[in-house]
Amino acid sequence: MEEVDVEPTITNIPAISDGKHMGFAWGPGDILVYETRYKASGASGSGCSFIHEIRKDEDIYSPILRKLFNESHHIFVGLQTIREDLPSKSKKPQFVSISKNYRSVIRACMEELQQVAVSTKNTELATQCGNQVSILLAIELIWNLCEVLFIDAAPAGSLLLHLLDWVRLHKADVDEKAREVLQSESPAEHRDYWDVVVSYVLQGRLEEVRQMLVKQANLQPAARSMYKQMDTLLSKMPFYNPGGTQTLTEFDVKWRHWHEEVDRCLQDNSFASNRHLELICKILLGDEDTLLDHKELLGTWYHFLVTRLLFCHPTVKLTELHYYAQSCMTMFLDSRSVPEPLDNILLAAFEFDIHQVIKECSIALNNWWFVAHLTDLLDHCKLLQSHNLHFGSNLREFLLLEYASGLFTHHSLWQLAVDYFDHCPEFGRVYLELQIERVPLETERKALKVLRVCEQRQMSEQVRSICKIMAMRALRNNRLGSALSWSIRAKDAAFATLISERFLQDYCAKGTFSDLDLIDNLGPAMLLSDRLTFLGKYREFHKLYGEKRFREAAKLLLSLMTAKIAPQSFWMTLLTDALPLLEQKEVIFTADQTYELMFCLEELTSSLNITASSTDRPMQVCMSSHGLIPFHTIRLKAL
Amino acid sequence: MTTQDNRISIWSIGSNLSTGMEDGFEGDPQLLCEHKHDGDVLDLQFLDQDRIVTASSTGAVTIFRHHQNSQTISVSQLWARAHRYPCDNAPCTGVVCSSPEIVTVGEDGRIVVFRADQEGVVRVIENADSSTIHAVTYLRTTEILTVNSIGQLKLWDFRQQSNSPSQILSLSGDRVPLHCVDRHPNQQHIVATGGQDGMLCVWDVRQGNTPFSLMEAHTAEMWEVHFHPTNPDHLFTCSEDGSLLHWETSSHSDMPSFLQGGRNSSMVSRSAMAPAGGKQPLISAWLSGDSSKGRLETTHMLPSQTLSVNSLDVLGPCLVCGTDGEAIFVNRQVPV
Repeated sequence: MEEVDVEPTITNIPAISDGKHMGFAWGPGDILVYETRYKASGASGSGCSFIHEIRKDEDIYSPILRKLFNESHHIFVGLQTIREDLPSKSKKPQFVSISKNYRSVIRACMEELQQVAVSTKNTELATQCGNQVSILLAIELIWNLCEVLFIDAAPAGSLLLHLLDWVRLHKADVDEKAREVLQSESPAEHRDYWDVVVSYVLQGRLEEVRQMLVKQANLQPAARSMYKQMDTLLSKMPFYNPGGTQTLTEFDVKWRHWHEEVDRCLQDNSFASNRHLELICKILLGDEDTLLDHKELLGTWYHFLVTRLLFCHPTVKLTELHYYAQSCMTMFLDSRSVPEPLDNILLAAFEFDIHQVIKECSIALNNWWFVAHLTDLLDHCKLLQSHNLHFGSNLREFLLLEYASGLFTHHSLWQLAVDYFDHCPEFGRVYLELQIERVPLETERKALKVLRVCEQRQMSEQVRSICKIMAMRALRNNRLGSALSWSIRAKDAAFATLISERFLQDYCAKGTFSDLDLIDNLGPAMLLSDRLTFLGKYREFHKLYGEKRFREAAKLLLSLMTAKIAPQSFWMTLLTDALPLLEQKEVIFTADQTYELMFCLEELTSSLNITASSTDRPMQVCMSSHGLIPFHTIRLKAL
Repeated sequence: MTTQDNRISIWSIGSNLSTGMEDGFEGDPQLLCEHKHDGDVLDLQFLDQDRIVTASSTGAVTIFRHHQNSQTISVSQLWARAHRYPCDNAPCTGVVCSSPEIVTVGEDGRIVVFRADQEGVVRVIENADSSTIHAVTYLRTTEILTVNSIGQLKLWDFRQQSNSPSQILSLSGDRVPLHCVDRHPNQQHIVATGGQDGMLCVWDVRQGNTPFSLMEAHTAEMWEVHFHPTNPDHLFTCSEDGSLLHWETSSHSDMPSFLQGGRNSSMVSRSAMAPAGGKQPLISAWLSGDSSKGRLETTHMLPSQTLSVNSLDVLGPCLVCGTDGEAIFVNRQVPV
């Protein structure tokens, strides 16, 4: 057995008293737990009679997160239909765009949750939403980094620009603070002014730095030349332009020149008199100690990493990242603080250990949504080696199956899950077959939707099973027409026979047919089962009789017996029905027909166990045909 | 067992047509108010300006009142077990109103007539159908039409006291369940139905008991069909296959189409028989039965790849529909 990655979390069930043993059963998305009578020591006592349902994933019931599931389903299905045969060059921008779509969906959810968290008066809801927002923030952060490193996988030069964007996107507090400062009366004298300036420098937003510094320069006319010098340095910092004509080497040369110039300024003590400007100068040189002095402004080790790369090694390549990542993390976090799960995940990403990223995310999050979709996307980018797991399928399929199975327990989201199963080639179908039969069918409409899913995938077993359930339910509620309609859908001859039996029983009991609208209009469905055909034809006989078309009625009646359409149990009734026809003044049955009738009667009596005695009402059967055959009287013992 | 919090909600889709030549999806609809609803809402209709009637999967029929001033919704009246089995709930599948009268139908095969503001039931037709009645609509003020799951269209006349339909129409051939029905706004004898096989049928209830024309519309169950209320040359259908079709017919031609006869190969349709009366005014293009001669245009109204479109409604240039992907689409510029 595999060793466990993390210690399992313990959940206390408050209602079950100490020392009692629990029994449990797995459900599709939860565990049912109950208290047993067994006690380890002492007499076993009576216990609590409740069954507790424990569910790990509450997210599918959150009304706002549901949008995430619906929208991402749409994106997922679109992704699966990207043609495989296109060259990878043209597919990459598509994958990047799909990745951005996923992220924008996450952001939209975050915003909505944030709004609710802020506006609601319910503190529990506010905390819950707040928690969800932080989780989504982390998810988006990780996804964005994966997009930059794995999917976009930009070459040196562009890579740093993407990483800069990544950091900027996730450090929104700088802009807030800047707004506050700028809206104050004298921005340059605001206590947060220099913090904002330094933050901007750390993020490489030099335009904004220059704009801010102008305000300070205006306040200190004496130091104007110093500020001018700094301004020049800032304006000359080269940034790589991916679309431009400059090659990476040229950029590197230019950047080194600029770097040397800044170094000269520092050595010359040009900014010695102004500690702030000197600080900025040191940052521009990428001085580690200076950067580490500003941990609160940086906030995170990965910000530190990107800033350091910006000012030391802007032409960093993907393969070089992991050297810097590990060292930056170590430097930034004191020896006392333990890296959080998020830190480990990001580090794994920088080290290009995709599997580790997925594994850590699976452990940290309580819902498979993120890992399932990310893994699927990475798989499409052909970034996952086919890494066969112990339980049969590959990683992508495993995660999708887990995710979709979780969705299936939801009363509305199960339809999304169907599409996910469809795109799991190995086990998807089996999972779907097992799950689809367990969707609760409260209304016919839901049953029809489920059936449509099954029929589209040729799951005939499930179709029959579901139709049978619905037909039985209809039958129990005496809705014979509905029951028949379900058996027609499933082409279930056996059930159609059952329903016809019910009709016939009703007829025998009451003497009339119920639900004539159904029987009169069976149409070709009549052929589904013999009993059903008989029912239809028998009703036709009654109609013909009612319309006084006796000859045709007689012919039909006879054919029901001779063609063995009628079950033998019904022959007595049929023969009784023949009586009034025989008693008509006008001759209806031909001689042959009469003989056939008699033959049927004999067949019937000989096959029945006739018990002796009990005089019954003798039945007079009068037959005459053209006056040639004398009257016959047959005694029958009615059963 | 599962926590289902179904709600009935009222949204605003902004002011009446503003400027802007963009595609009709401008701005998001705003949620005004909502109220909990017990069971799935299987059908919904406005009774009047302020009141809405819903049909629930629990068999209940509820009247909700929308208070415009406070933007709230409250339950005005509730008939909890309007549709039921002896020992179980039966979903109420359809509701239609003609204020103050409300007619509902359900899986129990009953037709129930209520009156708003009146406590009890006005009339019940027990065992109206041995199978599930899926939808109901008014034909005239005293007549209604129902469709059921064995493919029959039944006419009921409330002036008669009997509990049987005054007319039964059905397709000869397979008994395909019918799911929706709608009547032409101006010409009361023209009725459209849709069913399990996605076929759109147009019937003339005066003549015969088979549909006038059949058109292949969808590849799965057709859930709703609606004639445009003011411009009935336009028809809308939505289906389990995720599409919403806009049908447009032109109602002018040189020669009355019913005299042209013949059948076309591309669509399944029956050519009309010349009516026995001889001289007839030009009948509606819906009954022409000959759809390939450029007189019937169909447009998809939704981007592809949506899950089932369950319901739609149209008023003026506005079209709204809901899908199984838990999304509502609003189109404010439908070309009618």
